[in-house]
Amino acid sequence: MSGQRHDVAVLGAGMHPWGKWGRSFVAYGVLAARAALADAGVEWRDVQAVVGADTVRGGYPGYVAGATFAKALGWQGARVTSVYAACASGAQAVNAARTQILSGLADVVLVVGADAAPKGFFRPAGGDRPDDPDWLRYRVLGATNPAYFGLYARRRMALYGDTLNDFAQVKVKNSAWGALNPNARYQKRVSADEVAASAVVADPLRLLDICATSDGAAALVLSSMDFARRHGVPEPVRVRAVSTVTPRFPQTVLDLPDIATDSAAAVRPPPETFRASIARAAYEEAGIGPEDLSLAEVYDLSTALELQWYEELGLCAEGEGAKLLREGATSAGGRVPVNASGGLASFGEAVPAQAIAQVCELTWQLRGDAGQRQIPGARVGITANQGLFGHGSSVIAVR
Amino acid sequence: MSRTRVPVVAGWFTGEGDGFRLLGTRCADCGSVFFPREDTACRNPGCGGQDLAEVPLSRRGRVWSYTDGRYRPPAPYVSDPERAWEPYTLVAVELAAERMVVLGQAAHGVTPAELAVGMEVEVTSGVLNEDAETTWMTWHFRPVVEEEAS
Ligand SMILES: [Zn+2]
Repeated sequence: MSGQRHDVAVLGAGMHPWGKWGRSFVAYGVLAARAALADAGVEWRDVQAVVGADTVRGGYPGYVAGATFAKALGWQGARVTSVYAACASGAQAVNAARTQILSGLADVVLVVGADAAPKGFFRPAGGDRPDDPDWLRYRVLGATNPAYFGLYARRRMALYGDTLNDFAQVKVKNSAWGALNPNARYQKRVSADEVAASAVVADPLRLLDICATSDGAAALVLSSMDFARRHGVPEPVRVRAVSTVTPRFPQTVLDLPDIATDSAAAVRPPPETFRASIARAAYEEAGIGPEDLSLAEVYDLSTALELQWYEELGLCAEGEGAKLLREGATSAGGRVPVNASGGLASFGEAVPAQAIAQVCELTWQLRGDAGQRQIPGARVGITANQGLFGHGSSVIAVR
Repeated sequence: MSRTRVPVVAGWFTGEGDGFRLLGTRCADCGSVFFPREDTACRNPGCGGQDLAEVPLSRRGRVWSYTDGRYRPPAPYVSDPERAWEPYTLVAVELAAERMVVLGQAAHGVTPAELAVGMEVEVTSGVLNEDAETTWMTWHFRPVVEEEAS
């Protein structure tokens, strides 16, 4: 099940810059799609299937994003798929495209995700829904997303001795890369003092520890390896693994949006956390390990969460994320640079686009096209992310 | 005018004073405990039992982690937009017997500065919000104050 038998080619990558632009998600998605098609040198009319990552913030067109983008690009009869998996929607879209290619249903597939985000906290869908855990956590607890990030951060401080300055240094690192990325919303370096001076949102985390919500769009053109060769790209960047695993019972880490964990009273907990299992599934499928990585793009919803990912990707042992950061291993010039795109710290989250944007960054890095952010000699990259309600999301790309 | 006290969610807790308890369900076949209550089928993938009985959860536990909300959360959280926002504290509490972590608001006035990971806390009845006719009741966690040793 591992290795290059499951490779698909990344022919093109494109993004609409992240920001608050005041337009519809459709406009962003179409621009990102056109950029990816141009990058691939593929005509829209030659695309055989389109996969849209849905948004829940754009009304009905958002729930049928694949068709929405296909119509906006001009109906041409392509097979359509729309997927939703919260923050993991992009990885699901990549995987839907990949399985169509590997099964022979399509040679070349367009993947698009776009969002137009609200101001402030994400909020649950409207109406009274006492059976919906996402509604309940707001109604009963006022537990916003940053509240969960605060819980994780405080626990790291208590268990591993992480400090507020460690968290701030994640922002310092990511903002330095964001300053070099024309697609990032925040292209300005941030100092540790500026993080410390920003308002506390959810103790112990401050405004600059927590990612914003943004408008943005990202798109990929994926194809079979045969199509890529015929298209004149014999050595494309390849997607070698896509992990979309679910948790195992009992899940013993309090997970957004849950009010409680599973009970481990009757069943022994699995030997690894859900996040660690997301990465392990990707490594196994690709036939590689963390020691093979040139770089990683991880979901830094908060600064502290980035340190958690280091451990769960196996870049270091449990509890040693802050040490890895302090050593510079995850910074420019380090052993395994993390979030060379600038990360969510520099982008802000555009939910259905974000996991696709992570793959765009890997593509540019592996091609050597990342400009001032280039990680020299990058050969293998991983993305990692987790969607609300138990959606794993990790992509491994190689060159 | 007197308001009626109504649980914000039916069937999640019961009792008053020292008798206040969160209510979960336990699978008769494998012993797994669920909160919020699971009434349809056991979620242990190796079980599939459908005999789930209501069970009170442990009254005391230890702090797994804690945080607060410095900004007004969006609806459906209820707060008076006319009044200045007062932060609330959230506590995730590890229950030893159930081997699970349950999230709740801390009792009014308990700030993060008074909490620590591992500290013993107990569950108590609390007011979530009030409107014209109803006092919406919920569960709170508060630090255990030990009786002075004699
Ligand atoms: Zn059972």
